[in-house]
Amino acid sequence: MIAGEFALPRYMRPAKGNHPPLDFAPYKATKGRYPTKPLVPLPHRLTEVTGPLLGDGLITMQDADLTTRYAGEPVGQRIIVFGRVLDSGGRPVPGTLIEIWQTNAAGRYRHSIDQHPAPLDPNFDGTGRAITDAGGGYRFITIQPGAYPWGNHRNAWRPAHIHFSLFGRAFTQRLVTQMFFPGDPLLPFDPIYNSVPDEKARLRMIAEFSVADTQPEWALAYRFDIVLRGRDQSVFEEHRA
Amino acid sequence: MSDLVTPSATVGPYFQMRLPWPDGPYVVPAGTPGAITIFGRLWDGAGDPIPDGLIETWQADPAGRFAHPDDPRDPIPDGDLVFRGFGRAPTGHDGSFKIVTLKPGPLPSGDGRTEAPHIDVSVFARGMLDRSVTRIYFPDEAELNDADPVLRAVPEDRRATLIAAPAGGSLLRFDIRMQGDAETVFFDL
Repeated sequence: MIAGEFALPRYMRPAKGNHPPLDFAPYKATKGRYPTKPLVPLPHRLTEVTGPLLGDGLITMQDADLTTRYAGEPVGQRIIVFGRVLDSGGRPVPGTLIEIWQTNAAGRYRHSIDQHPAPLDPNFDGTGRAITDAGGGYRFITIQPGAYPWGNHRNAWRPAHIHFSLFGRAFTQRLVTQMFFPGDPLLPFDPIYNSVPDEKARLRMIAEFSVADTQPEWALAYRFDIVLRGRDQSVFEEHRA
Repeated sequence: MSDLVTPSATVGPYFQMRLPWPDGPYVVPAGTPGAITIFGRLWDGAGDPIPDGLIETWQADPAGRFAHPDDPRDPIPDGDLVFRGFGRAPTGHDGSFKIVTLKPGPLPSGDGRTEAPHIDVSVFARGMLDRSVTRIYFPDEAELNDADPVLRAVPEDRRATLIAAPAGGSLLRFDIRMQGDAETVFFDL
């Protein structure tokens, strides 16, 4: 009934040092929360090469604009965060759901567990969603997030960042990451940013300021291209031949 | 083109602002005939529940098919079945989560073998710099489980951590232990 042979795409494994280790003591909350026994290799079969294709009918343009949801305008520096979602072969990833969350300009999340004594902004909830277009492109309008203290170590402050969640087109491509801002003086002290061993990979988490895309009299623009795992073309073609 | 991808970073505790959806745990709508509920708790190495975790599931439908262009088989019309294939549940203060779904069908492995019915799981939490990936198998599939190429690659004394436990009626229990003697098997994807 379900026998038969067929070729499936295979996704390339990230290079060593590309992703942070799960066991990373400088980020204290990792304690007790990482596997200690050897991981078992999982071949890429049907469940792994497919994935949820979410968002049709779920997302409106309004979801990508975090600045126009309330009666008034949020406080802070208005910014455009835009870019493309690509795979490591350089191919755009269209039609994929992006979800973001961040602090307001004062460095405060709108969530009951955030007790940082900085003001909430009644005109900013700090969450957004978008679906990539045919070229893998996306664009959010938001407010420059603030730094905040977090108690990981003495005088610990998170650099300003925006959380990104992406699905790609396959279970193998699922990614949750954080976008940082260029030139942030807190980056060298942040264990989460520095948990990524490979420096070139780490730099991929920093957006690039774009004067060309900055809107005169209105908003600064930051480009943040996100690269998901790509298919191993050689394997796929070979199996198809 | 560099082969580097964008690195993973933790979801932190504030994913709760955006990622949980009201219908997230419902792979099928409540009341769907044949629906099962998979519930469990997420535990850390000290035996404490993880209250700021997020469990995501991805699976085939009961016919063993995916509504996805990379499933090379012809689609089987689902009729009126509303089936997302994807579930998402944040853990509660006691580390608990639940997913309401339909049991997936067995799958061809592509090389002539058969994969037993299973659900792929991603575990996210504050304190996890990357997701951990595991699988849920079913207790009433002993024969297919014994022949499953992924389960067979797991040390025999750890396989039980991947098989949900019957909990009466349409309920199945699947606890996820990040560490400890009964540490859940996690996969290198």
